[in-house]
Amino acid sequence: MEADQAVFLSAVGNHFLVGISRAMILFVVSAGLSFILGVLRVPNVAHGSLYMIGAFFAHSVTTVFGGNPLGFWLALLLAPLMVAAVSLVAERALFCHLYEREHLMLLLFTFALMLILGDLVKLVWGADYRSVTAPKILQGSLTLFSSPIPKYNLFLLAVGPVIAVALYLFSNKTRIGKIARAAALDREMVSAIGINVSWVFSFAFVLGCFLAGLGGALVAPTVSVTLGMDHDIIIEAFLIVTIGGLGNMWGAMAGSLIFGITQSFGVLILPQFAIVFPYLAVVIVLLLKPKGLLKSVW
Amino acid sequence: MPVASRKRILPVFNVLLLGLLTVIPSILPLFYIYIFSVIFVTAILAMSLNMVVGHGGLYQFHHGVFYGIGAYTLALMLTKTELPIWAGFLAGPFCAAFAGLIIGLFCIRLNRLYFAMLQISLGSLVWAVTFRWYKFTGGDDGIHGISLPDALLGIHRAYYVILAVMAVCLILMYRIYKSPFGITLRAIRDNPERCAAIGINVRMHQLFAIVLATFFAGVAGVLFVVVERSVFPDLMFWVLSLEIMIMCLLGGWFTFAGPILGAAIMVSLRTFAGVYTEYWTLILGVLLILLIFFLPEGVMGYLMKKIQPRKADS
Repeated sequence: MEADQAVFLSAVGNHFLVGISRAMILFVVSAGLSFILGVLRVPNVAHGSLYMIGAFFAHSVTTVFGGNPLGFWLALLLAPLMVAAVSLVAERALFCHLYEREHLMLLLFTFALMLILGDLVKLVWGADYRSVTAPKILQGSLTLFSSPIPKYNLFLLAVGPVIAVALYLFSNKTRIGKIARAAALDREMVSAIGINVSWVFSFAFVLGCFLAGLGGALVAPTVSVTLGMDHDIIIEAFLIVTIGGLGNMWGAMAGSLIFGITQSFGVLILPQFAIVFPYLAVVIVLLLKPKGLLKSVW
Repeated sequence: MPVASRKRILPVFNVLLLGLLTVIPSILPLFYIYIFSVIFVTAILAMSLNMVVGHGGLYQFHHGVFYGIGAYTLALMLTKTELPIWAGFLAGPFCAAFAGLIIGLFCIRLNRLYFAMLQISLGSLVWAVTFRWYKFTGGDDGIHGISLPDALLGIHRAYYVILAVMAVCLILMYRIYKSPFGITLRAIRDNPERCAAIGINVRMHQLFAIVLATFFAGVAGVLFVVVERSVFPDLMFWVLSLEIMIMCLLGGWFTFAGPILGAAIMVSLRTFAGVYTEYWTLILGVLLILLIFFLPEGVMGYLMKKIQPRKADS
């Protein structure tokens, strides 16, 4: 009897661990969104498309390498870099001329970018479902507290905090990170002391998009890579950033965890309405704390 | 062109346009009548959003939800209840307005982006429930093949009903636009602090604008059911909400009739570019970027500027 209970508890525990590991992907994507929101003050609607492109690039890179396990690790590195390159082109060619314009126009621009990128993905990769296989080490599952958990989810659980710490160190300990944070708080002052704000914005945008691409590459082995994966992630990332506090990286982490945990909880008690639970949690948080849980930079 | 003569020309122009639209069904093939009906429905929707976004200056980012609520209310009443049909047609807009009141009450305390985000989260909640509640709303399949009364069967009859409803809606919206309320609303958009200082209840005006706008969105939703005879959760998805906003910006959101033009451009583009290529959103995206760079006040805003006498001269 007691043994049954232990198995049940560990199964529930692992169920939540899987939920939290998904939240790590949400964290990577929404941290990028949050960074762009904090520095540029633009809700980047194209963020989801860049995430999708990251997943497709990851697919292409792994396909080029065939079954070689190296392919996946290279994809994790190359896919975000390619996404960053795409965003750098879009930013320098078009976006950077709009910074002085009305806010809604910037939002509109990112929406136009989303439309264009979505169709470009269709042009390049087509509308088929694609899959990315994780390397051998991360396939299969481990037994944790007497019930199984997929290895890949454990990998995600490890990757999330590493990225969080890296981002923290980057924005607090490096010169460029400090400049970006300063630009988020007071961009006039930053330009007054002789820093080219336009390049700071460009850098922040590209870094944010890099994270979107990384999220896409990380999620690729767990889902079927296809058109339309941009639409779902972007709204979730926006809500996560809002409940966490705009521009606050730890807030993105808190928001992602709330999202992941409430969804796992929903799957346990009311599977049909599981996707409703995170939205409900978001509404409750926003009704109580409309400006987010942690301090926002706005 | 002097203002006085423009004032005389405008009603003549409107009557001519209405006359033209009434004879269209007897000239054009069936497909075009359908397209025109879709444009009318979309135009009401875009105009309703512009009441809050363009004239009210509020970040109403999830307007599609109210459109969907209007459509779903009618669809559910027609398929699940025995109530008379006109009750459904009334209930749609009123339910949408009620939802607008509730969501508005929560959002109105906040400003700009926070307003937008709370509305998106509340709207997404409504969407998620609709998307999943298979027993009641049909879930992600929606409801199809809704039976309508004879008076609305056939695209010809539907066309005239929709045209009439649109005309009434536009007249009402114009009245609201020109009323003291409408003028106050635009004043609040331009300078809320000063309006509050002279004793205008800013929040009350904004809330009332939201309720009015969501009512008209409900009207558009009901008409959507008349045209398509089906409902699906995509009506409440955020992509549609952003599309409506683009129609407003495309047409010119500081003008009264701009959104109609925006809706017409969007629907035609989707239909006719969609015939030739499956990449019509690419075309739309490029068009939008051109618009942002070259016509920031929208097509109508640009035209108005061209024909309007310069204020500084008079």
